[in-house]
Amino acid sequence: MSTFKKALKLFLTFFKIGAFTFGGGYAMIPLIQHEVAEKNKWITDEDILEIVAIAESTPGPIAINSATFVGYRVCGVLGSTAATLGVVLPSLVIILVISFVLAAFQELRAVQYAFMGIRAGVLALVLKALITMFKKCPKGWVSYIVMAFAAVVGIFTDINVFLIIIISALFGLVTYSIMHSKGADK
Amino acid sequence: MIFLELFWTFFKIGAFTFGGGYAMLPLVEEQVISHGWLSEEAIVNFIAVSESTPGPFAVNIATYVGSQVGGAEYGGNLWFTILGSAAATLGVVLPSFIVILLVAKFYQQFKNSRTVTGLMTGLKPAAIGLIASAVVSMAITVFLPSGFLFDVFKTTEFYISAVIFALCACLVFYKRKKIPPVLVICIAAVLGIATGYAFKL
Repeated sequence: MSTFKKALKLFLTFFKIGAFTFGGGYAMIPLIQHEVAEKNKWITDEDILEIVAIAESTPGPIAINSATFVGYRVCGVLGSTAATLGVVLPSLVIILVISFVLAAFQELRAVQYAFMGIRAGVLALVLKALITMFKKCPKGWVSYIVMAFAAVVGIFTDINVFLIIIISALFGLVTYSIMHSKGADK
Repeated sequence: MIFLELFWTFFKIGAFTFGGGYAMLPLVEEQVISHGWLSEEAIVNFIAVSESTPGPFAVNIATYVGSQVGGAEYGGNLWFTILGSAAATLGVVLPSFIVILLVAKFYQQFKNSRTVTGLMTGLKPAAIGLIASAVVSMAITVFLPSGFLFDVFKTTEFYISAVIFALCACLVFYKRKKIPPVLVICIAAVLGIATGYAFKL
């Protein structure tokens, strides 16, 4: 297959993945596995696990990270561009259309009532997501200190979120280095 | 230049979000509200839209904010709406794109890097703490839309929101069967409409 054809196929495959995954993030992994590993055999199942691990330790949404990584493995920077464009495009188009629809209907009383209920429902959904993330996070005193620090500073002060993230990352790096330095000295 | 501002703001948000799901929410909240682009209420409304449409939250929210800001700046012009969406979305995507290209090239070094592991031991719990703080500000918007006043416990809106929240929480945390978020949102919408008309809010 020529590089161009491969890139086109990547684009179409990731367009499909982007158009059919609700909720994004981890919901996308089984679909990527099916399309990319099983059907097209571009990468192996083990690669998928690696991609998830990489996506977790690099910035940005998992969907974008996986698309870029798979695309690069298949055919370099062109592949990355094609796959990422593919996974983004469905959301972009759908949300643009919805933003016009929302603007047209949001003055309606029924819609305002609906969103009053929906906001309470969304709060429950995000709370659930928070608890799921908490259960998956590595335990230990470093984790708890950082969590408490980020939550308290986030709630009670106006300190910039970027700064909170930088401080937490550095704190993690310093404590990790101290705790693992003895083993490295041997 | 509003499009550059959109691009740069979402570039920073994309570069500082670690972990999936709602890790981006606290950053979006702070940046978008401090720019005056959307209200907290509009963001919470949009989370429901994002849960009910395909694609990652990051791309959805960037596109939405971009369309609102780009459109508003130029009187709802279609092309500027699209341009605003494209600028914000490109911004949110680009940091991941660049970083992953680098990681794919230097995979072995990245995998064995103690610096990356160290940074992650701080970044993962930070995301959780920050989402917790986002949940608190969301809860204030839901239950105390006009700020904290003692009268709030006398208003019908407060009790309706509390009951709908409690019902949705039961559905969401139901262990035996996973109920899709879209269904929870639909149920919450129906309850909102029903109680809204019933109590003539």
